[in-house]
Amino acid sequence: MRQSDPVPAETPDAELIARLRARDETAFLELVNRLHGPLTRLARSIAGDAGAEEIVQDTWAAALTGLDTFEGKSSLKTWLFAIVLNRAKSRRERDQRQVPLSSLGPQDDEEGGVDPSWFTENGHWNHPVERWSDDTPDRVLNDKELRKRLLAALEQLPDRLRTVLVMRDIEGLDSAEVCNVLGVSETNQRVLLHRARTRMRALLEEETQDETRRRP
Amino acid sequence: MITCREVVTITTDYLEGKLSFAERVRFQLHLGMCSHCRAWLSQMKATIQVLGKLPAEEPPPEVRDELLERFRAWKKS
Ligand SMILES: [Zn+2]
Repeated sequence: MRQSDPVPAETPDAELIARLRARDETAFLELVNRLHGPLTRLARSIAGDAGAEEIVQDTWAAALTGLDTFEGKSSLKTWLFAIVLNRAKSRRERDQRQVPLSSLGPQDDEEGGVDPSWFTENGHWNHPVERWSDDTPDRVLNDKELRKRLLAALEQLPDRLRTVLVMRDIEGLDSAEVCNVLGVSETNQRVLLHRARTRMRALLEEETQDETRRRP
Repeated sequence: MITCREVVTITTDYLEGKLSFAERVRFQLHLGMCSHCRAWLSQMKATIQVLGKLPAEEPPPEVRDELLERFRAWKKS
């Protein structure tokens, strides 16, 4: 799916760990290439640009320190993600950030990410909704420009929506992890996730409609 | 019977398995009869699929070098 880099087959964790313990530099580089991006993306979503760099640096340092005693019960990714989450959480608690946690709750004017103008008075769609063609996800992911617009739209989301969306749908964490780090209730987390998803859906909808229009 | 508006509102609750049994049944009954809401659900799933596959940025060369330096220092320690 990645455009730029032809994805080399991933070395299994157990092998990578063994090579890392044997001080193999190529193994370390592989790990950095594989995880630095996701770790940074995760840290940024919680702590912003400024905080992320420090958190990720600390995480790599902790990884090296802990490598010889890492039991390998979780994947390397899960392990390093947990370190990022820990640090991001303490940092968040220390700074209280510019965004007070109370404002993490849902409080938009929109009702649950739903645009009231879509529906008739009795709650039915007032316009037809059509399935996207099955190749839509692949098409979006393989289109560099479109991906760029998607990422730009992601940046435009209100902080709390973006944080939850990145953690959940982009990095694949579960809701308990999100609630723990952000200190929000499970329900709030879900409302934020829903809003963020519906906004991204709307963007893709626009893009796919443009695409259809361009097609003969 | 739930409405299309309600289906749209609780889509994530549905996908997260957070609806009660009765709500879930009503949701699915609605889907069974409403092609618009089926399309909506498939769009939401496609959106989630795209998000889950967005590639992260590659580490910049200077970061890679710096981390490698760190690794070498660790190796010696
Ligand atoms: Zn419907």
